[in-house]
Amino acid sequence: MSLVSRHLEANGIPTVVVANARDIVEHCGVARLLYTDFPLGSPCGQPFDVAMQRGVIAAALDLLESATGPRTTVEAPFKWSKGDAWKDKVFTDEQPWKEKGGEAEAEWEAKKALYRKLKEEGKV
Amino acid sequence: MSYVRYIDKTREYYRRQGYEKPYRWAHFDDVPFTALKTPLAESTVALISTSEIARRSDDDQRKWFEKGEMGNVYSIPSDTPLEDLFSQSLSFDKYATSLDDVNAFFPITRLQEMAADGRIGAVGPNAHALFNAYSQRHTREVDAPEVLARCRAEGVDVALLVPV
Repeated sequence: MSLVSRHLEANGIPTVVVANARDIVEHCGVARLLYTDFPLGSPCGQPFDVAMQRGVIAAALDLLESATGPRTTVEAPFKWSKGDAWKDKVFTDEQPWKEKGGEAEAEWEAKKALYRKLKEEGKV
Repeated sequence: MSYVRYIDKTREYYRRQGYEKPYRWAHFDDVPFTALKTPLAESTVALISTSEIARRSDDDQRKWFEKGEMGNVYSIPSDTPLEDLFSQSLSFDKYATSLDDVNAFFPITRLQEMAADGRIGAVGPNAHALFNAYSQRHTREVDAPEVLARCRAEGVDVALLVPV
């Protein structure tokens, strides 16, 4: 997604990225990043917490106005309500990201195979 | 506690699983920047997503995701009813959260509220979506120009990008 942000910026469209994986976005480099300190999958706030989600989008819009140059990162002022314990467990063997041999991995492999096929056929 | 270092964590995770060659995340020294040209209250804002968002009522989109297909950039009308939207993405922390609330990762209702409040001029007629491709080159050379073309065709002034 950072690559798309960069392309839009280079072609005259201002952007703001709202993301959880701060290091990945900053490693690539984008104009404006609103970093939200939530688990992957909930970049815009906790599920069903409308007030928090509004606050996140409001902060993203504020950043569009306030940034004066590239690589401007702002952290959204919200905490995950269940605490930070998830951070210690992410990408550990205790919590496999995509289980080896599991249904998730089979689906992932199928996607990869199909993508390769479509690529060979020049369709993507 | 500070933020999670995903680059380090994933490198170690996949090394333990036997993948020896680490993924090389995109990195650039130069970062392009465009300042706002029109006040947000007069701007059309488009939502851009990698959440594998799809419409149940769109046979083609539903089938892609049922079959686990990946493809090119596609669009979702911004006025699609929420109950018609879903994501079957596996690229999220299923131990800590869920994709049950679309607006937590595809904030289309929240943007519409900002338009109703006058904070932004309008929401673009479509949200645009792309896949987390394995090829950074494909994203740079195919997907990103297609997103730009769709934004320009719809008079989009500003883009809100939300990766999943």
